[in-house]
Amino acid sequence: MKKILECDKIAASYDGTKVLSSLSFTLNEGNFLCILGENGSGKSTLIKCLLGIKELDSGRIIMGEGLRQRDIGYLPQHTTLQNNFPATVMEVVLSGCLGRRGLRPFYSAEEKKLARQAMERLGIADLAKRSCRELSGGQQQRMFLARALCAAKKLLLLDEPVTGLDPAAQAEMYGLITELNKKDGMTVIMVSHDVVNSLECADRILCLCSCDHSFFGTPEEYVGSHISSKFIGEQK
Amino acid sequence: MNENIRLMFTPEFFRAILLPALIGGIAITICSSLLGVTLVLKKYSMIGDGLSHIGYGALSVAAVMNLAPLKVALPVVIIAAFILLRLSESSKLSGDSAIAFFSTTALAVGILVSSKAGLTNDVSHYMFGSILAMSKSDVILSVVLAVIVILAFILLYDRIFSVTFDESFARATGVNSGIYNMVFAVLTAVTVVLGMMMMGSLLISSLIVIPTLTAMRLCSSFKGVVLVSGAVSVASFLIGIMISLLFNTAPGASIVIVNTAFFLLFSMLERVVRRSGRS
Repeated sequence: MKKILECDKIAASYDGTKVLSSLSFTLNEGNFLCILGENGSGKSTLIKCLLGIKELDSGRIIMGEGLRQRDIGYLPQHTTLQNNFPATVMEVVLSGCLGRRGLRPFYSAEEKKLARQAMERLGIADLAKRSCRELSGGQQQRMFLARALCAAKKLLLLDEPVTGLDPAAQAEMYGLITELNKKDGMTVIMVSHDVVNSLECADRILCLCSCDHSFFGTPEEYVGSHISSKFIGEQK
Repeated sequence: MNENIRLMFTPEFFRAILLPALIGGIAITICSSLLGVTLVLKKYSMIGDGLSHIGYGALSVAAVMNLAPLKVALPVVIIAAFILLRLSESSKLSGDSAIAFFSTTALAVGILVSSKAGLTNDVSHYMFGSILAMSKSDVILSVVLAVIVILAFILLYDRIFSVTFDESFARATGVNSGIYNMVFAVLTAVTVVLGMMMMGSLLISSLIVIPTLTAMRLCSSFKGVVLVSGAVSVASFLIGIMISLLFNTAPGASIVIVNTAFFLLFSMLERVVRRSGRS
């Protein structure tokens, strides 16, 4: 198994308060990691650190060979999506290719093909010319997943990808993500509040607690640990 | 009215007054409409308005102290643009109240200073603009600014889209959104100050906001909105200034009214398109 991402004793703070301290874990290619934790436990800070848009207080993040932090396919938490924004699905998906494009001013034919393939992969190819404000919540999330796929070389980072979706769209989204992991060999990191589904699709769990110690291990180990009782208890 | 038309077509009037106004005006309306697309979509519409009031304050102070108006107003408004953007990003003082706070204070300072010095007449130019009195250097500066803005929108188009649409994703793909916001602040500040001399402090924000809102009625793509808002803005300017010459109305206000008319027209067209799309 090739290592794709390693966090080595990282610490970070938010607005002067320490939210992550001495956190270490390693992911291999093909892993599916779910990050669980209460609000304010440092999940968003961890994501920003992984993406390289926030500096660490200490420790380091080591990416797998040939991988840069900007090659992570990111799906942001979409509390701030503007419903009124005029943009076609193609424009949005294509913007996922910006990281790999470097300093060139225009997209190449290859990048456009990549965007089309990503849309086909997620079943939204027929929506390419539609405005994103006309899409349903589920379609919008698939559009953002397609954009993340364009940016991703091997690693997807999804921040609460199913929040706000109806149950059918949620199931569809989980199906797509699992497929990308199992069939296409994408390594997936998913932040979620949905413990039950997370335990089902993930093969690694990272649970951040407001206290200093966090949990990292397989779902089986997690269910057996004392940290899980609180979370699973809440959901049942 | 006939007298006006005849006057308009004398070569002297055309060369000395109308041509600079047209060149400067087209340059400024292109800048304000293009920058307006990102400002409106990032919910920074009020920044243009706030900056123009701050600019008014700065110009009044400059007039009273007998300094070159642009040399005072430009740096002040650029700094103000930085501060307002910062405030809009941080959550401590919410952006819109910060803008209201700064702009009304600056406006009050401007009025106080100019009325005390008895300069209300001069300074009222900046309140309502005087497009037919643009100096050569103002026109040149406007054209340079327009070239920079247009080049930025061609070469950095996809990055501008990404930063406008979803800043957190843009940052994750390695786009330094902070630099883009700063560049936008500077360009907006310069546009506002120049636009203010043309349209007046009270009307410049309409040049930033209305073309984008108009284009959004009919366009579903970002590219469409950028192109249509530029075109509508230039068309409104040309029609507006013709109306003002023919009917002897205030140029700035005429241009804004034409902009609003376009907005209403596009809104009606949108309804027609939607209805026919449904049936």
